[in-house]
Amino acid sequence: MEFFFQQLTNGLAIGGIYALIALGYTMVYGVLKLINFAHGDLFTMGAYLGLTLLTSLALHQHLGAFPGVIVLAVMVMGLVGIIGILLDQAAYRPLRESPRLSAVVSALGASIFFQNLVMMVYGAKYQYYPKNILPKTVITIMGLPIPLMRILILLTSVFMMVALYLFIQKSKVGTAIRAAAIDQGAARLMGINVNRVIMLVFFIGPALGGAAGLMVGLYYGQINFTMGWVYGLKAFTAAILGGIGNIPGAMVGGILLGLIESLGAAYISLAWKDAIAFCVLIAILIVRPTGLLGERVAEKI
Amino acid sequence: MLLEIKNLRVKYGNVEALHGINIRVEEGEIVTILGANGAGKSTTLNAICGLMKISGGEILFRGSPLHKMPADQIVKEGITQSPEGRRVFGTLTVRENLNLGAFTINDPRKNKKNLDWIFRLFPRLEERSGQLAGTLSGGEQQMLAIGRALMGQPRILLLDEPSLGLAPILVKTIFDTVKEINKSGVTVVLVEQNARVALKLAHRGYVMEVGNIVMEDSAASLLSNPDVQNAYLGGKK
Ligand SMILES: Nc1ncnc2c1ncn2[C@@H]1O[C@H](COP(=O)(O)OP(=O)(O)O)[C@@H](O)[C@H]1O
Ligand SMILES: [Mg+2]
Repeated sequence: MEFFFQQLTNGLAIGGIYALIALGYTMVYGVLKLINFAHGDLFTMGAYLGLTLLTSLALHQHLGAFPGVIVLAVMVMGLVGIIGILLDQAAYRPLRESPRLSAVVSALGASIFFQNLVMMVYGAKYQYYPKNILPKTVITIMGLPIPLMRILILLTSVFMMVALYLFIQKSKVGTAIRAAAIDQGAARLMGINVNRVIMLVFFIGPALGGAAGLMVGLYYGQINFTMGWVYGLKAFTAAILGGIGNIPGAMVGGILLGLIESLGAAYISLAWKDAIAFCVLIAILIVRPTGLLGERVAEKI
Repeated sequence: MLLEIKNLRVKYGNVEALHGINIRVEEGEIVTILGANGAGKSTTLNAICGLMKISGGEILFRGSPLHKMPADQIVKEGITQSPEGRRVFGTLTVRENLNLGAFTINDPRKNKKNLDWIFRLFPRLEERSGQLAGTLSGGEQQMLAIGRALMGQPRILLLDEPSLGLAPILVKTIFDTVKEINKSGVTVVLVEQNARVALKLAHRGYVMEVGNIVMEDSAASLLSNPDVQNAYLGGKK
């Protein structure tokens, strides 16, 4: 029971991280029908910028552990969000009218650029987050122990997802984002500045991805310049699993993938955990080619 | 003059679709633009709305150049469009579609007033306001597209083939409402292939053929013009 509980909560925490990254893929795809292959590297940037700010500003010492980490997270999200906007302006915007394939090539180029940039600045070796930033408390829920850190990761990602969901569904600007994803021309006829919508999407997605990078750094303690590749691929899978372009789909897909991976590694085979995750993906896509919540995307066309 | 199009040229890639057209619209009028499929009617409306870059000429709205403004600014100036094929946001609710029509207006009281008016014009929309727009019938979607354009409080309402694919009884409902909208002070530019109903409603009309305006007259004169009758009204009736 305890083992299962550990795997379950761990799967949920990882799943929340996948979901945060997946949202960036799905939001950009929703509006531009473009897979931002550099998104995983923005996640890496979040992890590295988090480390640099953590060690240079030591906010957790000045402000206390929790407020310090919150301020740090806001800074990382803002910075990675701005990098996201710059990425769009430099790599994608000049190609808006070009064939889709040009943007894909540009995305791959941007990905390589970011990876090399991080490697040049920080080196190719693993980097380590300072230990004991957040208390390593273990709390007990119904007799089962669970690290506080894991709960925080889970709560933070759930909080961000709920906030994003409410923003997209309920706010005027959120509705404009959904409208631009359905029909850009019609959205412009409403007086929506679609370029601004695109900038916003390229801010929000990378900001969430950057937060996920920081969370991985804090949770696992070690980061590497190639980490964005694996996490990006997983999160991309999660986005497809949920139905690419669909925001709740990315959330469900991310959590589900985290659970499958964690439980699969525990009960089937640790070595095969990635393979298990991809088998589930293929199985789901055979049954539901548009992903779990994907009908809406298909309807859109 | 409210709207003046002077020598307008528009290209798709290297192919010119409008070869220097002139259209003027006075305050309070219903002006119709008739023409066969591919004549350039939608291109004209989209150029007015800033969706198309123009390659020559001018579009003046109360004397100021619209063709230099971005599309969102043009909506703010008071020009909105119900586009060809309705293009409602199918996975959003009727109410969300209407709210988007008011995207540029930040005054909740104004929006409430406009919404009440639109629900009076199209009671069907109020009944369906919680429904996804994609589940509406063609006629209801057309009402929604017009209602959505009205939420922007236009001075000029551009309608692109509102009768397309609708049963005659629905066409009548919609055109009666357009008349009412016009009576309330909104200038209307109506693009139609259904020339007969359009000319009965409009004050003046233009006839377009392959990117040129070939005729311009009062609606009554166009209705009785033998050339128009032969080409667009299926012979004299
Ligand atoms: N997106 C486009 N790309 C290329 N050519 C187009 C496009 N849209 C319209 N055209 C061409 O421009 C001309 C005018 O089209 P349009 O304005 O849609 O005509 P109408 O609305 O009168 O049916 C046609 O020859 C059409 O083929
Ligand atoms: Mg047309």
